[in-house]
Amino acid sequence: MSSHTPDWAVWRSLIRPGDVLLALALLALLPALFAWCWSGDSATRVRIYQDGRLFAELDLQAARVLAVPGPLGTTSVEVAAGRVRIASDPSPRQYCVHAGWLSRAGQSAICLPNRTSIELIGKDGPAYDSLSY
Amino acid sequence: MTASATEQTLRVTAEDRLIARWTALAIALAVAEAGLPSPIPGIKPGLANIVTLLVLYRAGWRAAAWVSLLRVLVASMVLGGFFSPAFAMSLTGACCSLAVLAPASRLPRRWFGPVSLSLLAALAHMAGQLLLARLWLIPHNGILYLVPIFAVAALLFGVVNGVLVAWLQRRLEEES
Repeated sequence: MSSHTPDWAVWRSLIRPGDVLLALALLALLPALFAWCWSGDSATRVRIYQDGRLFAELDLQAARVLAVPGPLGTTSVEVAAGRVRIASDPSPRQYCVHAGWLSRAGQSAICLPNRTSIELIGKDGPAYDSLSY
Repeated sequence: MTASATEQTLRVTAEDRLIARWTALAIALAVAEAGLPSPIPGIKPGLANIVTLLVLYRAGWRAAAWVSLLRVLVASMVLGGFFSPAFAMSLTGACCSLAVLAPASRLPRRWFGPVSLSLLAALAHMAGQLLLARLWLIPHNGILYLVPIFAVAALLFGVVNGVLVAWLQRRLEEES
């Protein structure tokens, strides 16, 4: 064999059966690793604040709709299947309603005109010490 | 005249010479590799590990450990940054690789060749360094985002280096 022409039979002979199995096994684990590392912490609880005070803290697994009274009217917070959203709010621009369903720890939706906000909490407690607005 | 304690003769064994020769090669590779650009700090082929694996096959784990640790020591002196975080990182990587290679080198040779050892060593190297970085340098879970990228690099370079080791080992056997 000349060392200048690549000979695929020679290269293949350098690899043992166990090498292939090990490489394939590690390759098969990669998608799980990506999923595990790149999918932030999912939230377990939601804290609902009214006028800066904690109004309620709900478990995200228990489905329910909570009416939160504010200066403009009632903000409706809906919890379902590990997610939470502001279902309706009297604020003129509807920013917190447009935030949609939230499920990751540290996410929040703030209905400023109605002085209501929700914050999602993961297993490690709140992601931030405080939110100031 | 009584023999002075300072006049002991240092006997250089054949193994010492072999370790010195391979270490010199490993240092040269490590220094050359430091000049290669890298997209993310810490991702590099680890060419010096080719030497570690060749020594493991030719002279056993003990000699490979000497070559690996001496290379880390001298390469960090040559490149600057002796006792710096970078030195701690490469020492941790080398120690973790060696720790994995000790049992891995006892795998049946018929089934597991240099590619397996190179893969396992590369992953141990990466895992050890990430753990040190998480515990000491960047104590934040944000580093988890880099894990898959480092794992892909370890798999890729692990296979490439392993094939090179297998090829070099065969050439060296043919020559001797």
